[in-house]
Amino acid sequence: MEAYQIREIILQQSKRANVGHIGSALSIADIIAVLYQDILRNTKPDDAERDRLILSKGHAALALYAALFLKGWISEKELNTFCQDGSLLGVHPESVLPGIDFSTGSLGLGLSIGAGAALAARLQDSLRRVFVVMSDGECNEGSVWETAMFASQHCLANLVAIIDFNGQQAFGYTKDILSQHAVVERWQAFGWDVHEVDGHNTRQMVDVLQNLDWKKGLPHLIIAHTIFGKGVSYMENRIKWHYFPMSDEEYTQALREVRKLEGKV
Amino acid sequence: MRRAFVAALTTLAETDDRILLLTADLGFSVLESFAEKFPDRFFNVGVAEQNMVGLATGFAEAGYIPFLYSIATFLTLRPYEQFRNGAIYHRLPVRLVGIGGGFEYGHDGITHFALEDFGIMRVQPGVTVLAPADPAQAVTMLRKTYQLHAPIYYRIGKDDNTIVPGLNGQFSLGTVDLVREGHDLLILSVGNVSSEAVAAADILSGEMHTSTAVGVVATLNPAPVDALESLLHRFSQVVTLESHYRNGGLGSLVAEVIADGGIPCRLKRLGVDTMPAGRTGSETFMNTTHGLTRQAIVQTVLQMMR
Repeated sequence: MEAYQIREIILQQSKRANVGHIGSALSIADIIAVLYQDILRNTKPDDAERDRLILSKGHAALALYAALFLKGWISEKELNTFCQDGSLLGVHPESVLPGIDFSTGSLGLGLSIGAGAALAARLQDSLRRVFVVMSDGECNEGSVWETAMFASQHCLANLVAIIDFNGQQAFGYTKDILSQHAVVERWQAFGWDVHEVDGHNTRQMVDVLQNLDWKKGLPHLIIAHTIFGKGVSYMENRIKWHYFPMSDEEYTQALREVRKLEGKV
Repeated sequence: MRRAFVAALTTLAETDDRILLLTADLGFSVLESFAEKFPDRFFNVGVAEQNMVGLATGFAEAGYIPFLYSIATFLTLRPYEQFRNGAIYHRLPVRLVGIGGGFEYGHDGITHFALEDFGIMRVQPGVTVLAPADPAQAVTMLRKTYQLHAPIYYRIGKDDNTIVPGLNGQFSLGTVDLVREGHDLLILSVGNVSSEAVAAADILSGEMHTSTAVGVVATLNPAPVDALESLLHRFSQVVTLESHYRNGGLGSLVAEVIADGGIPCRLKRLGVDTMPAGRTGSETFMNTTHGLTRQAIVQTVLQMMR
């Protein structure tokens, strides 16, 4: 599974369905590719011992559907129902769809669910791990910081939160709204094991994730520096692409650009 | 009834290791026995209700039955969205144990009064909403429901002593327990004020010569429609009593059943009319101020009968 394939599907499906949230999904394409290709231990969607993944920034679910399709857990026919009437594949992920561990869509809820899942695994002497993919804007929510305190208090080393740190939120740039300055120090002060990565460098992300201590110590935070809309030049860092669908011309150009990313790390 | 409830939970936890107990830093002098007996299954998560309810979703998905303990207002209002999008949405067996119904926290004031918990909880499809009327009923209720594969909200009173005469610790999901028989009038009540309903019925049936039945409703959701319908068809006048705002709780539920079923029955809803901001006092003072006493019920009934 390669990130460019995820990007291609994001573009195809959002064009077919004529919907937005494209930039948010493109932002996490490499993170999702790394998790599904190299990190998650999940052979079957209903295996109780599988690693859990919570896409707390649920509005990027299309990237997740692309991964589930590439993994063979949903069919092309099912994928093509994205945002159609009666589909299980809505804008935000629904746990009734095999492969989606938890439904999300309201920001600030995923990390606490992840901490519960991680603590449950420890109580059950299970080696399963919990991954929570969050947005930087989501860290505006106070509930995130309640869980930040709890997870370090209980040394949830089997929990990793990955922040898609693209500096952009729904109605502006993060630095202008509630700045996340000193983000590393903030999370370290809350007792987390913090790593910064280039969220589009898959090799670097694999390397960091594979070398985390999952058994003892602190919960892990990966700050993945990303570019909103990554891979499509006219979408990069533009708030508009949180909302708008693509015109035919825009779609053609976008597809051409992401296909050029094939084979690139 | 909270002590009896927690004691029964501690007993259940001896044989069922799926049971966890989480508290948002409350339960002094109530939760210690559980915490000492099961230190690995007890978590004081701190003053952080949102996180607690989120955690419970993760626990329950992994096969646990987490019980979450706090004062009813704090547990239902602050983390309402976490409960809705977590346990309710995912149909997971999370149990909210909200302590103190109505004015039980007396002098603590409005921030501590649970006056809309039934209303906000029962609008959510899939949540079982339960409110025992006395300690013995709380214990039976817990034993009969704790394994339900659905989220539950329990409103548990602080009062460990008041007994509802005639209830004898009965509870079945979706039923109404008739604790006084009568034929002129029916009083339906929920929770810890039910003993006042029985006292009022005894005054009415005795010196007022108005034969009054009392039904204790302990299941508010799913609505006990069949049980209520069959009772309401026997009476032309009914009074509801609850330590809750008049809107949203038992009175509204009974009004819905009457309207939906086209039942020829006149209803008077007793509850809290206005937000009790400002002057506070003991629970008895607050209940008296807001007409939740036996005397107020008797007055209301006499006016209805006039």
